[in-house]
Amino acid sequence: MDITMIWYLIPALVMFCCGIYGFLTRRNMIAMLISLELMLNAVDINFVVFNRYLFPGSSEGWIFTLFGIAIAAAETALAIAIIINFYRVCKEIDVEDATELKH
Amino acid sequence: MESVGSTIVYWIIALAIVIFSVLTVTTRKILRAATYLLFVLFATAALYFKLDYEFLGTVQIAVYAGGIVVLFVFSILLTTRPGDNGSRLASGKQIMGLCGAAAAALAGGWALLSRGADLCTSLVPMSNPTMHEIGLSLLGTGYGQYLLPFEAVSILLLACIIGGVVVARKR
Repeated sequence: MDITMIWYLIPALVMFCCGIYGFLTRRNMIAMLISLELMLNAVDINFVVFNRYLFPGSSEGWIFTLFGIAIAAAETALAIAIIINFYRVCKEIDVEDATELKH
Repeated sequence: MESVGSTIVYWIIALAIVIFSVLTVTTRKILRAATYLLFVLFATAALYFKLDYEFLGTVQIAVYAGGIVVLFVFSILLTTRPGDNGSRLASGKQIMGLCGAAAAALAGGWALLSRGADLCTSLVPMSNPTMHEIGLSLLGTGYGQYLLPFEAVSILLLACIIGGVVVARKR
């Protein structure tokens, strides 16, 4: 079997759709963050696959993925700091309860 | 044409990605969701290895599987009581989620299919980027080299460290 580009893009698309489904249905903040990670990861895969198949030898795509991973790490760390602070105030991490963040 | 072993590895990776992504968003226990996310990230790292980007696969394992998932597990243990199952989803919300996912699948699928011929590109052999080339492209200032984004990400990480400490400290 010849594995062409589409065979890598379809799992990434499925992963992205799972991320959207989780982000819309979950009410737990950490679960929403996990769904967000799924979406970011799917985008990273797309960058790498396009780089490898269409422009082998150049480095734009996978270097961009490298920066994407760094930014995802920073974003997750900050979001978890906010969630823990919110938990301290409300004893709950449900987004429906986060109507008054300014105390 | 790819060898049989390569095809088998591809199918294992693809099935792992699809199955564990679905499980991540459908399981009701949040700690299990984090574990399934870990498996998805490992499968992604394996995919990078298979596409000859060894450095990227290593970074994926070190940063995502080693850092972010541990952060997730810690914060889950800090914020949920053990044995907490999470509430059952309201069916309206589930339908909304399915509609959103279907819309994304339609848009993505249409965007893929509209590029028809490009999608059937076969894998061409490529030499792995060496450590020397990676270092040059991250720290060089010429064409196709990325010193400025590298420094910007450093400052972003510094700001993130300070912000995390400030936001999460005890008052």
